[in-house]
Amino acid sequence: MSQDLFGIHGKALELRSQRMGLLASNIANAGTPGYKAKDIDFAAAIRAADGGVGVDKAASAATQYRVPVMPSLDGNTVELQNEQVAFSENAVGYSATLDFIRGRVDTVKRALRGE
Amino acid sequence: MGTVNSGPLNLFGVAQRGMSAQLVRMNAAASNLANAGSVSGTEEGAYKPIRAVFSEDLDAASGLSTVAVNGVVREKAAAVRQHDPDHPLADANGDVWTAPVDENAEMVEMLEASRQYQNMVEALSTAKQLMLDTLRMK
Repeated sequence: MSQDLFGIHGKALELRSQRMGLLASNIANAGTPGYKAKDIDFAAAIRAADGGVGVDKAASAATQYRVPVMPSLDGNTVELQNEQVAFSENAVGYSATLDFIRGRVDTVKRALRGE
Repeated sequence: MGTVNSGPLNLFGVAQRGMSAQLVRMNAAASNLANAGSVSGTEEGAYKPIRAVFSEDLDAASGLSTVAVNGVVREKAAAVRQHDPDHPLADANGDVWTAPVDENAEMVEMLEASRQYQNMVEALSTAKQLMLDTLRMK
């Protein structure tokens, strides 16, 4: 029922949330030697989730290591500016998805009240 | 390391431990700065700079990784010998040993730690706001 009500947006919100965690991990490990930054290819993950794959599975299948623009000597591949841009892009995407979900909820509420 | 999150790792746990790690690093740099220029009568007794060692701490269940402080180690830098026969701590040759602290490097270290701490706070507040928005559906 909830899947039908929210459509793709429910899955999108879950994916956005998982990606936020991953990007926060990258930011937290900006100073850890040898840490390899990871990111979820959101387009691929949402396509897989929409095709019936579980959200967790779709997310882990679309998780890739980031290729650094300039590799650093200690093996760390976090580039803070990229991570921060990705984090804010993801946050905006999360808000947008949340707006869609809220719209659905409001529609149903209105229908229930008979306005 | 004590943490408020005893269950599976979540975003708050990642941020908290990331911030703690940066704080350890900042404290180490502050200790080094405080001991810059300190003098000892022996080579072994001279202050050696300390450095926090980080490693990745991956929580396989959630796929999140946070930072673990593996320990705070002493650097192997050699103490700087100075000839100062009038110094009360001077040895038989009239030498004293000063701590091999590079003040500029320590300042940069502190700056970097504080910037990364700020980044973590920023990311945490954004994530917290989004979670609250979801909770309240507004």
